[in-house]
Amino acid sequence: MHIQIRPILAALRRHKAGTLLIALQIALTLAIVCNALFIIHQRLANLSAASGVDEANVFVIANMWADLDRSTEQVDAQVRADLLALRQLPAVRNATPASGYPLRGGGWDNFVTMTPEQVKPTTDAAVYTGDEHFLDTLGLKLVAGRNFRPDEVMVMGTQQAITPPTAIVSQALADRLFPDGNALGKSFYAMGTAPSTIVGIVDPLHRQGVDQWSNGYAGQALIWPLRADDERGIYYIVRAKPGQLADAMREAPKALYAQNRLRIIDPVDGIQDYATIRHKVYDRDRGMAILMSVISVVLLAITAAGIVGLTSFWVGQRRKQIGVRRALGARQRDILAYFLTENFLISATGVVLGAVLAVAFNLWTVTRFEMSHMSMAYVGIGVVALLLLGQGAVLAPALRASRVSPVEATRSV
Amino acid sequence: MRQSHGSRARRFSAPRIPSPDSRTLSMLAYYLQLGLRSLRRNPALTTLMVMAIGFGVAASMITWSVFRAVSGNPIPGKSAQLFTPQVDGWGPQQNLKGEPAEALGYVDAMALLRAHQAKRQTLLYPLRLSVIPQGSRELPLNADGYAVTADFFAMFEVPFRYGGGWSAQDDEARGSEVVISSKLNQKLFGGADSVGRTIGLGGHDFRIVGVVSHWNPRPRFYDLFSTSGFADEPDIYMVFNRALDLQMRTGGRNSCRGSISYTSWQGYLQSNCVWVTPWVELDSPADVARYHRFLENYAADQQRAGRFGWAANVRLRDVMQWLDYEHVVPPESRIALVVALGFFLICLVNTIGLLLAKFMRRAGEIGVRRALGATRREIYTQYLVEAGTVGLAGGVLGLLFTALGVSGVGILFQPEIARLARLDLSLVGLTFVVAILATVAAAFYPAWRAAHVQPAWQLKSS
Repeated sequence: MHIQIRPILAALRRHKAGTLLIALQIALTLAIVCNALFIIHQRLANLSAASGVDEANVFVIANMWADLDRSTEQVDAQVRADLLALRQLPAVRNATPASGYPLRGGGWDNFVTMTPEQVKPTTDAAVYTGDEHFLDTLGLKLVAGRNFRPDEVMVMGTQQAITPPTAIVSQALADRLFPDGNALGKSFYAMGTAPSTIVGIVDPLHRQGVDQWSNGYAGQALIWPLRADDERGIYYIVRAKPGQLADAMREAPKALYAQNRLRIIDPVDGIQDYATIRHKVYDRDRGMAILMSVISVVLLAITAAGIVGLTSFWVGQRRKQIGVRRALGARQRDILAYFLTENFLISATGVVLGAVLAVAFNLWTVTRFEMSHMSMAYVGIGVVALLLLGQGAVLAPALRASRVSPVEATRSV
Repeated sequence: MRQSHGSRARRFSAPRIPSPDSRTLSMLAYYLQLGLRSLRRNPALTTLMVMAIGFGVAASMITWSVFRAVSGNPIPGKSAQLFTPQVDGWGPQQNLKGEPAEALGYVDAMALLRAHQAKRQTLLYPLRLSVIPQGSRELPLNADGYAVTADFFAMFEVPFRYGGGWSAQDDEARGSEVVISSKLNQKLFGGADSVGRTIGLGGHDFRIVGVVSHWNPRPRFYDLFSTSGFADEPDIYMVFNRALDLQMRTGGRNSCRGSISYTSWQGYLQSNCVWVTPWVELDSPADVARYHRFLENYAADQQRAGRFGWAANVRLRDVMQWLDYEHVVPPESRIALVVALGFFLICLVNTIGLLLAKFMRRAGEIGVRRALGATRREIYTQYLVEAGTVGLAGGVLGLLFTALGVSGVGILFQPEIARLARLDLSLVGLTFVVAILATVAAAFYPAWRAAHVQPAWQLKSS
């Protein structure tokens, strides 16, 4: 099939405004849709990040103490009694004290150095504290070394900063500190005067934070064998027996209040299962993904409809000329090809401009919001999508044009 | 032409010449009628334009309502007189890429307070407390708040329902005065005037001296170190020195450098950990300059004394500078607004194209009207008015979508921010104004093209 570009260009020159508007609309749509796709993909990747926790069965109790005037020993006795009570519940598999938990949305983290004199940190690690039940309670996978022994677990009061001599680290932190792979048995400094020796490695273990800064140290976390007996409060992480999460969540606060009433477990968000924790911590990401999806879909629909509208107008305007061409021997498919080619030329101009705009917009977000660089694949996908959209949108009016009868040429001239 | 629809009899029986104003008005009404009729003529095209405008306006308005809520000035009357001093106690190797820490440690904070170099000054840090109710049957309640100094209330213009703040003497006396929120007052005392009554906090008794009526400036400019700026209203304000005496650790952030080795409250106070936010009130540029000099001198003194091993590195930011520096506006709401505006722009480009098609389809009609004496200006006005009706319809639809969107904005943004987005009268007005103005602006070119239709050419070819 022989398509003549020259007459199309000549015709387009007579419709400068319309041509320009369609091209511009395609360009802007491409710029926004590419970036929206990029943002959606990034945010969805965040949403599905592995925590390492047995999320189906684990829940967290935020327990605040009402009486601030107690010694560390008194608090510790209470914590141990609470844990015993929790572990004895029929629906509970295990429980651990904690100062934070994965996906909490921020919390304790320490800089890590290889020597005590080193001023510029090697990296940063999320800090978790717990007893010898921490790994089993969260359901973390120990990939090397061993769990904490009960006698390693230390007590840390409110006004103390204690560095235990042992630690279990995440695979990501082990790899960062000891790229050669022999992290087990080696030691590091995490803002303490004494070193901590790595006795075990778990994989994976998400940090508490999910913000941009935390993501820079993705998956780097350490666990210290500590009962952090802060006079203000403590987290109890509890793992229910399979299928008994609801029972365990109902029984746990009752068991705790039966131990001692001078505590606060917020009725609204004092007890949260991991589905809730995950849902809450990623609400920004989810919201952005939804917003960008809605905008992209509506945008593509509006652009397609716009192309249909303008092309229909052109077809209507040119019925006579089409009739003349048909009378002079042009076949239906020649007319169809004419409009498809015309749209392709306009769209191609649009996507070239759009690709430039898309990259420019991405660069702006990189400098302004510290977002990452967009892979050109998104632009590629966007270009193909918009060219197809253009051809699809123009199909109906073009088919209508191709059905114009040669008789039209004779009418009202 | 323009009177052709009117009653001929009346035109002759009332031969008065309409005043220019009423004539213009009746013309506009007539154009409006033509516009509405034209809208009905191409329902598909009209629907498409109205939908595009509606979606575009709604997307912009929804994201704007959120952006407006998070980027506003929380204390408009005084934002230029309130400053938060920063002093670099960490040094060039450990500070925030050259910037001092975002809060002060105990030592520097107390030094600034004692120097008393500003008209008013306060120190504050967040507290997480429990209220132990009088009756032993009830469970304790959670109460969040701040340890602050006496000037806090006057500096930040805290409104009181009952009583008031405490005095500088109470600060010195390390007294057990507290101010509570109306919400807590409602919970504990059923909303009655509780000034003078006792409240148990964390196992200690405190005396209520004031009840704040609803006060929760957002963003919470005064504590951006520990909050993202959109937390719930605090329940309690406690005498700073009293909180220290009770060794209450911060309920908010605590940030340290180097190796941490304290084993006592005193050790913690002397450490390089930062957790106290200072604020000063300075009335004139001269005062600001003087205070800035004071800060530099203070840091230089610390260097001379050997406490700092680096040259003075201080900042003195006012409220809006501080909000900006702390990136209070979440990047999400900014990106969402920009993308929504881009979306609206595309909708407008789309509308220009469709209006062009719509107007030019009637080139023949325009030719006839021009031939019968209508001026270009009249054609122009008529088509702009027609576009205005499209904008109006788009505005109505946009308002509907905006209302839906604002109520469902919790899906898109974090709850504490989504809660701030409101469909108020100004947003409703803005929706209409933007929809109509944008559509009319989009119609300038198509209407100009319509007005420049050559009558002779059109008459010849039809």
